[in-house]
Amino acid sequence: MQYLVTVIAEEANHAGSAEEMAAIDVFNDRLQAEGHWVFAGGLAGPSNATVIDNRDGAALVTDGPFVESKEFMAGFWVLQAPDLDVALRLGTEASRACNRKIEVRPFL
Amino acid sequence: MPGALTRAHRDEWARVVAALAKRFGDLDVAEEAAAEAFATAVERWPEQGVPPNPGAWLTTAATRKAIDRLRRETKRDDKHREAQMVLGDEPPGDQGVIDDDRLRLIFTCCHPALAPESRVALTLRLVGGLSMPEIARAFLVQESAMGQRITRAKAKIKAARIPYRVPRAQDLPARVSGVLAVLFLIFNEGYLPTGSHSGPDRHELTAEAIRLTRLLRALLPYDGEVAGLLALMLLTEARHAARISAGGELITLDEQDRGRWDATLIAEGHALIRERLATGEPPGRYQVLAAINAVHTSAHHIDATDWSQIVALYDRLVRLDASPVVALNRAIAIAELDGPEVALAAVERLATPLAGYHAFHATRADLLRRLGRTEQSRAAYDQAIALTGNTAQTAVLTRRRDRLTGEAPAG
Repeated sequence: MQYLVTVIAEEANHAGSAEEMAAIDVFNDRLQAEGHWVFAGGLAGPSNATVIDNRDGAALVTDGPFVESKEFMAGFWVLQAPDLDVALRLGTEASRACNRKIEVRPFL
Repeated sequence: MPGALTRAHRDEWARVVAALAKRFGDLDVAEEAAAEAFATAVERWPEQGVPPNPGAWLTTAATRKAIDRLRRETKRDDKHREAQMVLGDEPPGDQGVIDDDRLRLIFTCCHPALAPESRVALTLRLVGGLSMPEIARAFLVQESAMGQRITRAKAKIKAARIPYRVPRAQDLPARVSGVLAVLFLIFNEGYLPTGSHSGPDRHELTAEAIRLTRLLRALLPYDGEVAGLLALMLLTEARHAARISAGGELITLDEQDRGRWDATLIAEGHALIRERLATGEPPGRYQVLAAINAVHTSAHHIDATDWSQIVALYDRLVRLDASPVVALNRAIAIAELDGPEVALAAVERLATPLAGYHAFHATRADLLRRLGRTEQSRAAYDQAIALTGNTAQTAVLTRRRDRLTGEAPAG
C-alpha cells in the first residue's frame, strides 16, 4: 500500500532552512533503510506553475497554479506502508523532520 | 421469544460483526451480513425455537450470508474482490496486546483518522448494534445524513486501510483514551442533550454508553481509566430518577431527593473506585471525576457532603486538566467550603475563556443571588438561559430568575 505525504506550506515558510533540510535527510535515510521509501521531492513555488488545458485538442496554456490558496503543496513523499497506522506514524515523523504540517492520503 | 431475540442482539451483535470483519476484512460485508442473520433469526426462531447456542447460530448464518454476497460480487468484479479478501488475512504482528475481535472492532471504529462524529456513529452501529434510524434520532439528524456519515467512514477505513487490530502497546494508552472520549461523548449526549427539540435527557444513549463501557472494561480489566469512566457513568446514572422533575425541570444536586438514587449503581461505582485506590496507581482524569461523584453519592444529605474532600479532588484534577471548565467546577465546590464571595472571585477570573458557556453564567447567577446582588444575578440568569440548549436546564434557570425579586441575602 502506498501513501502520498504532502508537505503543506505558506509563502512565508516555503523555503526550508538548513536544519530542516538536514533533518529531512536523516528521515529519508531511515525510510530507505526500513523499506518505506518510494519517492520524494521538493517543489518550486506555485507562482512557477503552468496550467495546460488540452481537453478539446487546442491546448490553452496559462500561467499560475490551478487553485489559488494561502497554503500549498511544497513537497511530498510517496511511502510504502502496510496500513494507515504505520503511514500515520511515518507522517508524524515527517512533519517533525520538515517542520511543516503534512497530509497523508492513500493511493487507489 | 422477543426476549431471546433482544438478548441475543444485545449480547451477540458485536461478536458477530467482529468475527466477520476479521474473517472477511470488510466492515460493510460484516455489518450487512450480521443484520441479515438477525433478520433470519426473527423469522425462524419463533417457529423452530431458539438454538442452544444463539451466538454460534448467528455467526454461522452471517458467515453464509457474507460468502453469498462475496460470490455474487466476485462474479461481477473479480479483481477488486480478491484485493479486499486479502486484507483480512493480515497477520496481527507483535502488537496483539489483547486478542479479542470486539476490541479490534472498537479501536477501528474509534480511530483518530476518522471525524469524531463518525467515530460515535460507527461505534453505535457496529459495536452497539443500534439501527441507523435509532442513531439518527438520538443525534437529531436526518437518517440519510447519518447513513452517509457511516458510509463515508467505512469507505475511508477501506481506502486508507485503517487496520483492524488492537494498537501496539506503546500506542495503547492514547488510543484507549480516544475510545473513552467517544464513549463519554455518547453518554453526555444522553445525559444533557443539546438539541432544543429534544427531551431533558435521552436515557437510551446513557444506557448504551454504559453497556459499551462495561464491554470495554471486560476486555481491558486492568485499565484504570476504563474503570474510572465506568464508575463515573454509573454514579451519574444512579441519580437519573432524581434529576428531572415531573414537569421536565432539571433538579440540581442540592435539591434532589436522595432516596430516589439507585443504590445498586452507587454500590457498583464505589466498588470500582475502591478497586482502583487499592492498586496505588496515580488516577487519571476519569478516575478523579468518578471519585468526586463518589463523595457526592456517599452523602445522604447535601449538608453531609465532605466539601474539603471534593475541593482536594478538584485540586488534583486541575493538575491533570487545567481547563477553565474544571476551574469553574472547582469554584462551585469552593462556594460550599469558603463561601460564595471567595467562589465568585474565582469565577470572575474565568469570564474571558467561558463567556459563551451557559454553566459559567448559571454559576455566576447562583453566587450573585446568594450574595443578594439581585440585578446582576438576573442579568447572569438571562445570559445562561440564552446560551443553554437543554430544555430542563432552561426550566430551572427561568424559575430561579423569576424567584429573585426581594430575596434576602443568604449563605
